Amino acid sequence: MVAAGNLMGGRSDAAAPAAIELRGISKAFGPVQANRDINLHVPKGSIHGIIGENGAGKSTLMSILYGFYKPDAGEILVNGRPITIADSQTAIRAGIGMVFQHFKLVQNFTVLENIILGVEDGALLRPSLSKARGVLKRLAAEYQLNVDPDETVENLSVGHQQRVEILKALYRQADILILDEPTGVLTPAEADHLFRILEGLKAEGKTIILITHKLREIMEITDNVSVMRRGEMVASVRTAETSPEQLAELMVGRKVLLNVQKAPARPQAPVLEVRDLAMVDAEGVERLRSISFDIRAGEILGLAGVSGNGQTQLLEILGGYPPKGARISGTVRMNGAPLPLSGRGCDAGQRRRDGIGHIPEDRQVEGLIMDFAAWENVAFGWHDAPEFNKGWVMDNDAIRRDAEAKMERFDVRPRDANLAARNFSGGNQQKIVVAREIERNPDLLLIGQPTRGVDIGAIEFIHKQIVALRDAGKAILLVSVELDEILSLSDRVAVMFDGRIMGERLPGQTTTGELGLLMAGVTDSDGVPPGPARVTDLPEGRA
Amino acid sequence: MILKDSLIAVIVLAICVIWALADGAAAQQGIGSALRLMTPLLLACLAGLYSERAGVFDIGLEGKMLMAAFTAASVAYLTGSAWLGLAAGIAGSLSLSLIHGLASITFMGNQLISGVAINFLASGLTVLVGQNAFGLGGRTPALTGTGRFQPITLPFAETLRGVPVLGPIYSGLISGQTVLVYVAFAMVPLTWWVLFRTRFGLRLRAVGENPASVDTAGVSVTRLRYTAVAICGVLTGIAGAYLATGLSAGFVKEMTAGRGFIALAALIFAKWRPWQALFATFLFGLLEAIANLYPNLDLGIITVPSMFMNALPYILTVVILAGFVGRAIPPRAGGEPYVKER
Repeated sequence: MVAAGNLMGGRSDAAAPAAIELRGISKAFGPVQANRDINLHVPKGSIHGIIGENGAGKSTLMSILYGFYKPDAGEILVNGRPITIADSQTAIRAGIGMVFQHFKLVQNFTVLENIILGVEDGALLRPSLSKARGVLKRLAAEYQLNVDPDETVENLSVGHQQRVEILKALYRQADILILDEPTGVLTPAEADHLFRILEGLKAEGKTIILITHKLREIMEITDNVSVMRRGEMVASVRTAETSPEQLAELMVGRKVLLNVQKAPARPQAPVLEVRDLAMVDAEGVERLRSISFDIRAGEILGLAGVSGNGQTQLLEILGGYPPKGARISGTVRMNGAPLPLSGRGCDAGQRRRDGIGHIPEDRQVEGLIMDFAAWENVAFGWHDAPEFNKGWVMDNDAIRRDAEAKMERFDVRPRDANLAARNFSGGNQQKIVVAREIERNPDLLLIGQPTRGVDIGAIEFIHKQIVALRDAGKAILLVSVELDEILSLSDRVAVMFDGRIMGERLPGQTTTGELGLLMAGVTDSDGVPPGPARVTDLPEGRA
Repeated sequence: MILKDSLIAVIVLAICVIWALADGAAAQQGIGSALRLMTPLLLACLAGLYSERAGVFDIGLEGKMLMAAFTAASVAYLTGSAWLGLAAGIAGSLSLSLIHGLASITFMGNQLISGVAINFLASGLTVLVGQNAFGLGGRTPALTGTGRFQPITLPFAETLRGVPVLGPIYSGLISGQTVLVYVAFAMVPLTWWVLFRTRFGLRLRAVGENPASVDTAGVSVTRLRYTAVAICGVLTGIAGAYLATGLSAGFVKEMTAGRGFIALAALIFAKWRPWQALFATFLFGLLEAIANLYPNLDLGIITVPSMFMNALPYILTVVILAGFVGRAIPPRAGGEPYVKER
């Protein structure tokens, strides 16, 4: 434990009061202690990172600061003055602005209307709107926060919507800006722009609190960082005096391997052969354009790309549930036999019988039924397996025993098969899905975003399981927007952009910069992406 | 876009012009009747607009109107004052509104179920209390004189009668309505102005689209929604009072006859916008007026039976509710109680 007092000095005068100081904050929801005796010291004019696993209590703590929850105990000091933050209005008046992970914008309002909502100057809108227009122009010039004030929010990109949220806070004259997982929805370029904005705000003397679980962002932009674990603040350190490894260790309370340990792949014959796969959706938009790739037994093909470039559609087609009204062409062969891409025989159940397992991108929508118990969720998709049935009725005892065994092997916590899926944390929900799919020993496993919203401990576990499946000679298609994950797990990397595969690379022989260019769709003057379109030979251990 | 938005207005006005050219006298009579028939629909429709724009769906318009009609007729009969009747109508409707608010805002219940309950409650309670108080099988005694709202003749109505085109419109249609008709029509621009030009309107629309945005801006979602529901109660109260003390002369069992639901259909048809609501309800009023005026419409080849003519507004309601008017996107947070997320 590093004392908070260590943070004094440096840029800020030791005598100046902290922008935010928390003393002994505790908050419980029923039996769950979300925050326990939290102390935090955020110097004025600094960027302060708060990092921790999912469920570590970061968001609860920030919600307390923004007046959403009342703490059970403890004291909050803003600029040295103790205050009670009873509601958001108090927080706003104290100069605290919040940019939520899920934006709080009215989609069919204009940017201006969103900005003045709640801080109108009088009963009539016109004067407020024209004043806001002027302020917006000034802020846009000052902080590179350009947004068309008359555009409707639903027509803005996610990155621009986030700018509106920041502008909202600045318009309310926030001196302290809290950002909750701000880069989760941004492209790398948008994230870079956000960081430049934050640097600019800091230069103007604003204090910024950045909540994230991405170590790289912490290292890149923060001055100080506090680490939360299981509701407690376990350390506060200067960013310059720490390392990603140390922070990761503090987060989980033990050493984790950020790089996956794996032996060289030994690929065998192709399991999945995709040729010229193209898809036009019901609205007539080309989602997939002439996609061709192979996945061999015993290798992991990583599919990188910014989300929304056709990965979802590709997984849905391979998984046997193509989007409604889509026109699909091309061929897909599984162990040499063609897979139907539409009509009869193209259903998720048949795909499973063909030996394809699927960990879908959105576990809460496609992977689980949230209100059903864990044991029921473990059987989904395999409910007609002979061992789960006794004649015409389901053998619930067998399913339950099977679920309990799988939960044991995959370390799902709490180990309660009767608990509804909703009541597990994100990481444990994902473990339920992973257990269900991997334990069926599929020839091909489709994986979409295996670790989205999953804490580091579970990430490590899931990665190990994926590598173990590969080493058992199975083919794996890994779709992820996390470049680190793609690079550390894959044996080959293919990059998708605008429904096309831009090229394939070997993870050991490429850089994030090169992949970034492919992900951004950079091509030469003939529209041909640079570099090889296919790689087949792996560096070592080839068959 | 402008043409699409004003499509209802164009259709309605075209019907009026064609009718006037075909048979001027009948058209004047029919359109005048349509204006009176549409008044309760318009008021109820605007009432629903406030409530639903704030994110509280209200299928209890019918019940509230019925309750208001009953309380208005009873009090108007007992006191002999249409104005006291109006106040009682508003009070009757408002009390049901607050029940709806309590169920759907405070207790976060299902808004549809609460609305259905209010409809049943009003339908049973009016007859029960009416029978107990007046012993007329659920009716109230007929209202006369000051117990009813009387037509008002506007200035210059007589002198301008001779002017071509404008004369009959001003003297025959605009003048000579009861005060509540004028109130209803004045509510249209007022509602538009409140909704799109005031702070209250901005917040009201925001709370129906994304209550979290209002909450994080430090404004009370609960208070806004209660205000909207209360405005809804006042307007349905006026609608019900007009039904019993303006359009007719007393309360009759189930006298709203589905007008609350027709108003809801008009609201969807109008896509929750005030000016479009005016023309949508005008269309329903016209259909009703035509059915009254031509019980058996003779089209030369076939004679349309009166049952069909009377059913027309209801058929149109079903067509609209089935979604044949294009995509009508309701306020996004509509029907959802607001729960702060963790």
